[in-house]
Amino acid sequence: MEIKVPAKAGTMESNDIYIMIQPNDEGGIQLDLESIVMAQFGKQIKETILATLEELDVKDAHIIAKDRGALDYTIRARIETAVKRAI
Amino acid sequence: MKNVLGREIPESIQGYGTVKPFKGAFESLGNVEKKSVQLRSIVPGESKILSSIREAMEKCNIKDGMTISFHHHLRNGDYVLNMVLEEVANMGLKDIKVAASSIFPIHAPLVEHMRNGTVTGIYANYMSGPVAEAISRGELKNPAIMHTHGGRARAIQAGDLKIDIAFIASPTCDSYGNINGVQGPAACGSLGYAIPDALYADKTVAITDNLVPYPASPIEITQEYIDYIVEVDSIGDPKGIVSGTTRITRDPVGLKIAKMTSQVIEASGLLKDGFSFQTGAGGTSLAVAAYVKELMKEKEIVGSFAAGGITGYIVDMFEEGLFKSLFDVQCFDLKAVESYRDNKNHQGMSASMYGNPHNKGAVVNNLDVMILGATEIDTDFNVNVTTGSNGMIMGGSGGHSDTAAGAKLSIVVTQLMRGRLPIIVDSVTTVTTPGESIDVLVTERGIAVNPQRQDLIEKLKDTNLPVMTIEELKEMAEEMTGIPEKIQLDDKIVAVVEYRDGTVIDVVRKIKD
Repeated sequence: MEIKVPAKAGTMESNDIYIMIQPNDEGGIQLDLESIVMAQFGKQIKETILATLEELDVKDAHIIAKDRGALDYTIRARIETAVKRAI
Repeated sequence: MKNVLGREIPESIQGYGTVKPFKGAFESLGNVEKKSVQLRSIVPGESKILSSIREAMEKCNIKDGMTISFHHHLRNGDYVLNMVLEEVANMGLKDIKVAASSIFPIHAPLVEHMRNGTVTGIYANYMSGPVAEAISRGELKNPAIMHTHGGRARAIQAGDLKIDIAFIASPTCDSYGNINGVQGPAACGSLGYAIPDALYADKTVAITDNLVPYPASPIEITQEYIDYIVEVDSIGDPKGIVSGTTRITRDPVGLKIAKMTSQVIEASGLLKDGFSFQTGAGGTSLAVAAYVKELMKEKEIVGSFAAGGITGYIVDMFEEGLFKSLFDVQCFDLKAVESYRDNKNHQGMSASMYGNPHNKGAVVNNLDVMILGATEIDTDFNVNVTTGSNGMIMGGSGGHSDTAAGAKLSIVVTQLMRGRLPIIVDSVTTVTTPGESIDVLVTERGIAVNPQRQDLIEKLKDTNLPVMTIEELKEMAEEMTGIPEKIQLDDKIVAVVEYRDGTVIDVVRKIKD
């Protein structure tokens, strides 16, 4: 899927993740992740986001993610919603 | 070396000395001695009232390297610690050790005193905010020493923690040093944590903003322990001293945990006439009290006492006749302060009477049920309330280890996960309270009983409560959260966690930036 316009999904509430997605002119995936559990789960969150983007066939996007301790299914849902709002 | 819980601790720690390793909750007790106290008699005609904190420190012959102490009943509204330390810094003193029963965010100026070498040591039972964070980052010269509430009283009484000058924040003080906490603009109720300091410090200075004619009434700390009195404009901000109201949680998860906890208490068989109970001021803990209250009313049970830091909610239960007496070491809200002032059966207790294991019996020994919190709990039931899961100091035992050791039934109540972090882990970041003192863990999805309490496991079999092993609960959480990566810590020891008997139960290491 091609990201055409900037879009958002999620909230800054605890146990949620706030996703902003926009086109990436330089091509590829650029992910800026902030998380309150970066030390314990940073790697897993990154993997979940990248895997979800791959499933949705998103190849070029700039994603800003502010995580407040979301579980994986929340992360997947927020990414999918943001992507669908951006196409 | 490893202590009995398998925690890796050096035999000797620089800035602390030789380590006595933790051997078990009741292994290092027995015949003990109290330290002797040096003092100067006051003769007729002498005045104790001085014009400034500076003058008091000069009269007390304050010197580099001395230990000065504070109590924490004014909590996050306390002005006294900052006021005294500012003067200590102005006098150019160095290498001062601060023994504050607890440290709060309001004590942030202490960080600068640590950085410039004015303060090189800290003793506290609980600490949160900038000072705790600075210690975690390694900004204090010597490791901080973390006590329990009862353990601090023991350390003072035994001479392990020698206080040169105690500064007693005094909501009311008369002209000869009789102090109470129930009158004055900074009224905070019981002064239980200040009593060991007053009894055993070489010099004791009362700092007050309500100097009254002799004699004050009531009297909680008596004139025989007070050397000097200094009047100041204000000892604290009432808004930070007492929370307006303590509330029961409205979170359905917290309420579910509380309800199940009350059912565990009922099944334990302890809920009968003479029942004794303690709980913290947190929303879930108070909700447990609410469900216990319903059960007590329904079964027409009259308890003997409730203890601890007392909240308005516990006062309500007392006033409704559900408990005959309250033991109060610290009032958490205005309602508790008023009740402590007005009710004969709402009695004060010192930190020593509350939890000192060297006593001829502390109040915690008479507790039936204790409700406790946890930041982390491991599969051996060891509890951490000292550090966050990132390794940063954000609390401390307070009365956690004391009450857990004393109570017949110690119940840890917690959500199965906080944010994405599972609360049950293989090994806690820091052991505050040993698993042998914890009987039951109640979470919203299940209850785990310490295997050493087979009697309780049997009793809970007759209920429909979801009892499982702590390992099963841990797996249930990890299915949702994933398995967290282990955090990396530096080797440098920034705090030593002393169990209530003075042995070292664990150490806290510097966090990596």
